[in-house]
Amino acid sequence: MSEPVTFTVDGAQVRTEPGTLLITACEDAGVYIPRFCHHERMNPVGMCRMCIVEVDIGRGPALQPSCMLTVSEGMVVHTESEVTKKAQDGVLEFLLINHPLDCPVCDKGGECPLQDQTMAYGPGESRFVEEKRHFAKPIPVNANVLLDRERCILCDRCTRFADEVVGDPLIHFLDRGNETQVNTFPDQPFASYFSGNTVQICPVGALTAKPFRFKARPWDLEEVVSTYPNPMGDRIAVQSSRDQVLRFQGIDSDPVNWGWLTDKERFSFEAFQSDHRLTDPLVRGHGLNQADPDGDELVASNWSRALQTVADAIAASEPERIAFLGGARLTNEAQYAWTKLAKGVIGTDNVDALLGDELPAHALLGLPRATIDEACRPGGTIVLIGPDPKEQLGTLYIRLRHAVLEDGAELIELTPTATGLSSIAAARLHARPGEVGAVARALVSGQAAADVGGVPGADIEAARALLGGPVTVVLGRASVAESVEPTLEAAEAFRGLEDTRFLLAIRRGNTMGALDMGMHPGLLPGRTTLGTGRGAFGGVWPTVPETVGSDTAAILAAGAAGELDVLVLLGVDPLGDALDPELAQAALDTTPTVVAVDLFPTPSVRAAHVVLPAAAFTESSGSHTNLEGRITAIRQKVTPPGTARADWAIAAELAGYLGADLGIESHADVWAELAPLSAVHRDVDAAAIEADEDGVLVTATGRVSFEAPDRHVELSPLDAYALRLVASRRMYDQGTLVQQSPHLAGLAAPSSLRVNSYDFNRLGVDPGQEVRVVSATGALDIGVLADDSVPRGVAVIDYNRSGADCRVLLDPDATSLDVRIETGT
Amino acid sequence: MSPAERVLITTSRWDQADGHTLAGYERTGGYTALKRALEMTPAAVHEEVRTASLLGRGGAGFPAGVKWGFLPAEVWPRYLVVNGDESEPGTYKDRILMERDPHQLIEGSVITCYAMGLTQCFLYVRGEMAFAQERIAAALDEAYDAGYVGRNILGTELSVDVILHWGAGAYIVGEETALIESLEGNRGMPRLKPPFFPAAIGLYGQPTIVNNVETLANIPWIVNNGGEAFAAMGADASTGTRIFAVSGHVQKPGVYEVEFGTTTFRDIIMGEDLAGGIRGGNDLKAFIPGGASAPWFYEEHLDLPLEKAVVDKAGSMLGSGAIVVMDHTTDAVKACHNVVRFFARESCGKCSPCREGTSWLEKILLRILAGHGRRSDLDLLLDVCDNISPGLDWPPKQTTICPLGPSAVAPIASAIERFADEFHAYIEGNRLSVTAAGAEGQA
Amino acid sequence: MARLSADNERIAHEIIARYPRPKSATIPLLHLAQEQDGWVSEEAMAHVAELVGATPAEVLGTCSFYEMFKRQPVGRYQVNICHGISCHLLGADELLHHAEETLGIKGGGVTDDGLFSLEGVECIAACTDAPCLQVNYRYVDNVSPAYFDELIEDIRSDARPDIPPHGTLARIRQRVPADRAAGPAMLEGAQAPPWLARNDGGDR
Ligand SMILES: Cc1cc2nc3c(=O)[nH]c(=O)nc-3n(C[C@H](O)[C@H](O)[C@H](O)COP(=O)(O)O)c2cc1C
Ligand code: SF4
Ligand code: FES
Repeated sequence: MSEPVTFTVDGAQVRTEPGTLLITACEDAGVYIPRFCHHERMNPVGMCRMCIVEVDIGRGPALQPSCMLTVSEGMVVHTESEVTKKAQDGVLEFLLINHPLDCPVCDKGGECPLQDQTMAYGPGESRFVEEKRHFAKPIPVNANVLLDRERCILCDRCTRFADEVVGDPLIHFLDRGNETQVNTFPDQPFASYFSGNTVQICPVGALTAKPFRFKARPWDLEEVVSTYPNPMGDRIAVQSSRDQVLRFQGIDSDPVNWGWLTDKERFSFEAFQSDHRLTDPLVRGHGLNQADPDGDELVASNWSRALQTVADAIAASEPERIAFLGGARLTNEAQYAWTKLAKGVIGTDNVDALLGDELPAHALLGLPRATIDEACRPGGTIVLIGPDPKEQLGTLYIRLRHAVLEDGAELIELTPTATGLSSIAAARLHARPGEVGAVARALVSGQAAADVGGVPGADIEAARALLGGPVTVVLGRASVAESVEPTLEAAEAFRGLEDTRFLLAIRRGNTMGALDMGMHPGLLPGRTTLGTGRGAFGGVWPTVPETVGSDTAAILAAGAAGELDVLVLLGVDPLGDALDPELAQAALDTTPTVVAVDLFPTPSVRAAHVVLPAAAFTESSGSHTNLEGRITAIRQKVTPPGTARADWAIAAELAGYLGADLGIESHADVWAELAPLSAVHRDVDAAAIEADEDGVLVTATGRVSFEAPDRHVELSPLDAYALRLVASRRMYDQGTLVQQSPHLAGLAAPSSLRVNSYDFNRLGVDPGQEVRVVSATGALDIGVLADDSVPRGVAVIDYNRSGADCRVLLDPDATSLDVRIETGT
Repeated sequence: MSPAERVLITTSRWDQADGHTLAGYERTGGYTALKRALEMTPAAVHEEVRTASLLGRGGAGFPAGVKWGFLPAEVWPRYLVVNGDESEPGTYKDRILMERDPHQLIEGSVITCYAMGLTQCFLYVRGEMAFAQERIAAALDEAYDAGYVGRNILGTELSVDVILHWGAGAYIVGEETALIESLEGNRGMPRLKPPFFPAAIGLYGQPTIVNNVETLANIPWIVNNGGEAFAAMGADASTGTRIFAVSGHVQKPGVYEVEFGTTTFRDIIMGEDLAGGIRGGNDLKAFIPGGASAPWFYEEHLDLPLEKAVVDKAGSMLGSGAIVVMDHTTDAVKACHNVVRFFARESCGKCSPCREGTSWLEKILLRILAGHGRRSDLDLLLDVCDNISPGLDWPPKQTTICPLGPSAVAPIASAIERFADEFHAYIEGNRLSVTAAGAEGQA
Repeated sequence: MARLSADNERIAHEIIARYPRPKSATIPLLHLAQEQDGWVSEEAMAHVAELVGATPAEVLGTCSFYEMFKRQPVGRYQVNICHGISCHLLGADELLHHAEETLGIKGGGVTDDGLFSLEGVECIAACTDAPCLQVNYRYVDNVSPAYFDELIEDIRSDARPDIPPHGTLARIRQRVPADRAAGPAMLEGAQAPPWLARNDGGDR
């Protein structure tokens, strides 16, 4: 660290780190310099000129933009001088002369920096008597964002964001000088997953979001800081008025999301307010709310009847005939409560929050973890072995992109196809599906004389040169059309490399919490196993399962085989989400009592016998664990709809109906019980989580070790007419939250198959043509598109999108999946 | 001094019918400087340019040899960008240099690349100059074929491509950082400097030398005759010769190369062999000494020498070498509006004070000209000017990134200071007869 | 009004190859599109975007910054009357009015027959021959009203073959012969140029 520098602002001496921008250094010293274009998380442009102040570096005072200037030793700054004031007033006047001043009808009114600064600094009377600049009033720049160019002050924030931060330069300055405007190319909307951020950072009311336009005046909004329960644990402000959530805004959390959110998160608030929410318990019945276990529909019930029904079914059964699926949607506290109920009260180990499409628990718990900051550190190397972060982990994409573009980190992409980061990757090693393990081994060993897995040996060797410093492997499952083994082989190869850690690209929100809380066969809370933890938990819990239970696939198989009496679905929809939908259907059809705890009437909920409505994360408090293992607070803002309850409370009550006391009366009770039992959570309690907005990072490795895959399958070479399949998820799909959010549902395009144009010629099909895709297990009709970011010989299909359900093609055990394309003729 | 006695450095081939061809150029000593340079070390060539004290001819007047010295060591590649975007009103020299003596510019550019280790040169020619583009393209084709440009120039290890690049109509692109943006395919919006000048961070973020066409056209002569010979001409730091375009109300508008620093405004405007005095025996009202951005000069400034330091001190600048002469028939308000309109139209739109302020000023002036002026307008004009260029000082302070915005201030401050009565006449509704006279004068 | 033709696409690739970064070719390629169609259509901008690896919005952002690019069809002959300060002093405003009358259009307009469009433009660097104008960027100096009418007549009667249709700028396009090209100075793997070794007494 270099020496701090001392400078003077308005007569006061201040010390700061060298390299600090003057505007920031002054703010840190309590002197706020007005600004419009400057944004902490973007490169300065010095465009608006609002932040100019008189600065003297020994050559007499001169006006300088404080957002472009770094502090130097001995610098003297006058933010209150006549000259500074006059210049700032002048700039403000310039910004206002063509501004419509329609604050009374503007969404930003009340939280508008332009309005605020006009009050604080600006001249009163307008001297501008000329005709103002006119533009057509708000124009949509995409489905959800509107732009009012008359209000725009051309600060370059939205356009810089689109270009620099997310790499989607689809809005741009057009025209010149006094005519300059922000706009899109005609008929090419600002199709960015991140567009809502521009609304948040627009310093005036030029960009507004349809989902919350005119819903409330900013001064009517109350907010709490909370955590969005997605894998990143994005920090957000939940804003509401009259007990209705009206807006999510990103919070600038240094270690996590830097204030950014994807539109999928931002606009999902509508789902939680939706009329489709489950509000009251439902049980089987018919007619006018007539409960009847054999009824063919779900009818409204009440908590006592519903819980009694569940308790009766459980009491009448054996622990091994009872199973719990899901739980990754829940808070840590609810996860603990349900684990305790299942494993500690009922005594079943058939509990699985992983649905067979994540990395296995031993990898998630056993690999040495990196934090996001560690992954992004300057001089580090990031190896991406997993899904496209831009599609699946939006804010991680932003962080990784920043690390590569601004902080000199290097990216090696080891994925089956191009990703949103390809254009900035130092090496793009597109391994053939199923062969990523082989490519990783060659990369780590540096021995790649020949091509490996479809990647030229020279490319592998060139990439090898980037592995000198600290390495973070972003590890996840790039495709559900290949089994997990190749990915584990790749992990095993990198585990042997010095100074290498893993950032785990999980899919479902609180998967890490679920594992930490023991929601997987063989596990107990605290990253420990049944065997190791039995002593400790046996002393506190009524019971601890004797044997390791079944995982998702085995639970569904057991259900289908009539071996289950009770199946509890904790916020999961196996019909929509399980890799094998037929098996899921059979399990739900066959199991006598299916209990669903959920927010929405998903297909699986509709097939259940008892439905228990849960509170959303905006309606209950607790905490969330993100992919790093960072535990941050979730805070209640509004009351749940109807009689919906917090998930932990449902578990506690159900325990009561089973004649047991979970000993949990608030989310804080969970930590009080867990901390003494869990070596890794020893220092965690509700107060600690509450106290630090950056949360508590649980880094200690527990008692679960990574298991290197024992099977290495040599793949047969692809025959000339086949394509190797990649099934990957997109940002917008048929997922429940997207579909329940009116402004998001329409963004999910139908499923398509994407193939390199080279293969089009080879296979004799035309872009856009409807084809039949045939695998060993099934066939599917789908439209095929040309996409040259897909390597030759590979076909990419969207998972969980409408139109064509690719699960019929999949074989969860196959190392890779070859498909043929058949045309109708 | 008669034209015959004047030493011509950059314009010596202007009256040669084939001066633009390789044959004509070689016949008149062309490419001997490149050969000579290749017999010197690169550092020695740089030293000659430094000794010459060659001031940049693009407007700012910074010594080229010193600027070249700002290139950071050991950062590669480095580029040369030739600024041929000449668009400052009244300025008219680079175009003729490119049309009539393109090889001289190419030779100067290649020598510069040799001296400074620049491995690619982009010759950015203003979009509207189709003929100059053709002449340069033809000359480059010849030069490539003859081995003066490209790989292994004249059989040495010097390898440099010189690429002709076109602009597309935007004055601001003449500003060097905007030029670089434009060359990268972007909107020509200036970058803030400091912290980084192009010599440190320029094209593609790499060290880049940006020089004006005329500046580089001097290089062959300097290499052939030595920096000292160049420095021996002119005065103090304003050495060598310089091209001035004299336009407006003079007898013989023209583009003249004269000795820098010693020739006076009177010489060039009134001299029989040069611009020949005010047309029709009229009186001088004002003249712009160095392009539209320069504060106006008057009768009392005629005897100032064309020397950078002197003119700077007198409160204006030689800028781009454009002398625009206005006789007594000129309507000062209209002339002022004309220049302000130029800057308003050409603002890139980046800085609020320039984007909003210059248009505002233009609108006020237009309103005054339309007879709807208010008494408070002159104060308003000056105050808006003050918010773009605080203190209305010279050299101008600025609330903007580049000097374009503040440039609009000079004509207003000049015109209001000297010709307030003309503004008042418009405002009070009795326009001065000078307007009518102006119209006559034009007939 | 379309994408670049196959021939022009080939030229486009040649131009792109001269720059260390393809995006640098944006303006030259937009000129190429304008040369092909007389103006720059959306299809052309989208095609240029593909060629230089930018989004169409970025290309539009660049295109719309520069005055010479016309995003609507203009006349076959674009008449630009200079109204810079030097021309202003010598009757540019009067010339522009005269031109409006002769052509029957206002500045910014196009004649019904699509032959002429007219604009008042900033200084075109011919100040010593004021008032002056350009037709498709070819200079015409010292233009009196009568001379202007003559010029228009000449153009109408095809007597000015030296003026190509709007969009064609330089009729000579630089060749960079492959066997003579040094190649673009790429950023990747760049090293000190060999001739600088001469400073250290290397070579000669
Ligand atoms: C608004 C503005 C316009 C300019 N236009 C030109 C120009 O047309 N030609 C030019 O050579 N320099 C122009 N310059 C100066 C350039 O920024 C730069 O200083 C010059 O090209 C450097 O070359 P020189 O050192 O050889 O003069 C302009 C500067 C500004 C601020
Ligand atoms: S002063 Fe004007 S032209 Fe210069 S950068 Fe600012 S807005 Fe652009
Ligand atoms: S905040 Fe510094 S110029 Fe806009």
